[in-house]
Amino acid sequence: MVHQYKNNGYNMVLDVCSGSVHVVDDLVYDIIEICENRSKQEVVETLLASGKCYGKEDIEEAYDEVEALRENGQLFTEDVYQDTIVDFKKRKTVVKALCLHIAHDCNLACKYCFAEEGEYKGRRALMSYEVGKQALDFLIANSGNRVNLEVDFFGGEPLMNFDVVKRLVEYGRSREAECNKKFRFTLTTNGILLDEDIMDFANREMANVVLSIDGRKEVNDRMRPSRNGKGSYDIILPKFRKFREMRGDKSYYVRGTFTHYNLDFCEDVIALADAGFDQISVEPVVAQPDCDYAIREEDVGRICEEYDRLAKELIRRAKEGRPVNFFHFMIDLTGGPCVYKRLSGCGSGTEYLAVTPWGDLYPCHQFVGMEDFKVGDVFCGVEKTEIVDEFKLCNVYAKEKCRNCFARFYCSGGCAANSYQFHNSITDCYDIGCELEKKRVECALMVKAALSDMSE
Amino acid sequence: MERIKTLTSNTLKNTMEKGGCGECQTSCQSACKTSCTVGNQSCENK
Repeated sequence: MVHQYKNNGYNMVLDVCSGSVHVVDDLVYDIIEICENRSKQEVVETLLASGKCYGKEDIEEAYDEVEALRENGQLFTEDVYQDTIVDFKKRKTVVKALCLHIAHDCNLACKYCFAEEGEYKGRRALMSYEVGKQALDFLIANSGNRVNLEVDFFGGEPLMNFDVVKRLVEYGRSREAECNKKFRFTLTTNGILLDEDIMDFANREMANVVLSIDGRKEVNDRMRPSRNGKGSYDIILPKFRKFREMRGDKSYYVRGTFTHYNLDFCEDVIALADAGFDQISVEPVVAQPDCDYAIREEDVGRICEEYDRLAKELIRRAKEGRPVNFFHFMIDLTGGPCVYKRLSGCGSGTEYLAVTPWGDLYPCHQFVGMEDFKVGDVFCGVEKTEIVDEFKLCNVYAKEKCRNCFARFYCSGGCAANSYQFHNSITDCYDIGCELEKKRVECALMVKAALSDMSE
Repeated sequence: MERIKTLTSNTLKNTMEKGGCGECQTSCQSACKTSCTVGNQSCENK
């Protein structure tokens, strides 16, 4: 399967099943478009008759180059993965990542929060040290031979229970050597309670920190007010800037959400970049159509234009020597994930579980609060294996909409929670999300082409 | 002008032999939490 498109003056050709990416001239682009079931002679005749002013010799020469790609397994390759390498039913999985809901409480009242101000359709609660410790023991015991274990301190707002965060990090570290494990702790915070001590601690212990801010002040404050209705921007921005400065080369993201109200979200990325951040994620809100801020079907075209604008802006900044990394345009063309990973998806419900403050286990943070999806708890382990099996089978080949999608090896079938939210099934797809993901993959590959021009 | 510039070739198929160790990061632990972005993760077993 081949996906070809034109973007920002580049003729892009993606050979989906090999992962090969080519930038081609107009003639080659036209040949690839028509050559799959045609002989060389037919291709030559078709293009000579097309009125595009290509010469016969040029067409023949270009055709041979296309054929060479095909012979090298870089064009028109078949999907050989489905039957040869993965038996999803028999796939043995281990748990390697936990999302610890360290606080089901929040000091902000963000309007789009899927956790409903931190409470996840339930009650306010903080995770006790004992529950957290048990969660880490559960992870160690269920992680088989995996060395790298990931633990995200999430909420609500995890800094509302920072003492437990600190103690759990200490406990995790104390078990690393004897268990031959390495904990990678991460923290997702709204910044309200950040101070220098916490920043110091996070810089010592957290492999990554995710700092929530939406971009421009008015955009942030509209959707991220505090509980008394005041905006949070003026409180968090100085703290995030300080944190960024203290963090040095360590991983971090400032992470925002865009909604129907800021379809010009490129401006928010620019605002964050101009505020001194170079690792930025700004993502579309996922919300039911009856929410006033939800992304609607009719917004998709406008958002795609905005992604184009953003891509050009990022290229411009890279050329000026002040590059910004935009999370959703990141594609590692040479060192990206293996095909096994790309086929098996995000790992929710199998490798990745969320833990509530009282120790219940769910397939991921977005399923927390949906009782039917509770798979067990950190004390007794995973009990409802039928739910885990359902998630195990959730992959690109199980999803009708993914089977022939060019982006399937990049999003790996998309988010199970989004699919469930819109179609009551984890093997469907959130359609707006798919359209945006496809556009992002196109932009990301074009940016690669532009940056590769730059390095020559 | 060259007609074809290949940015990357055959990366997926090449991972069939060595892949599957599972040591790489879970995508939702990086920055997203509301979308699936597996393609941007890095391999830890090069």
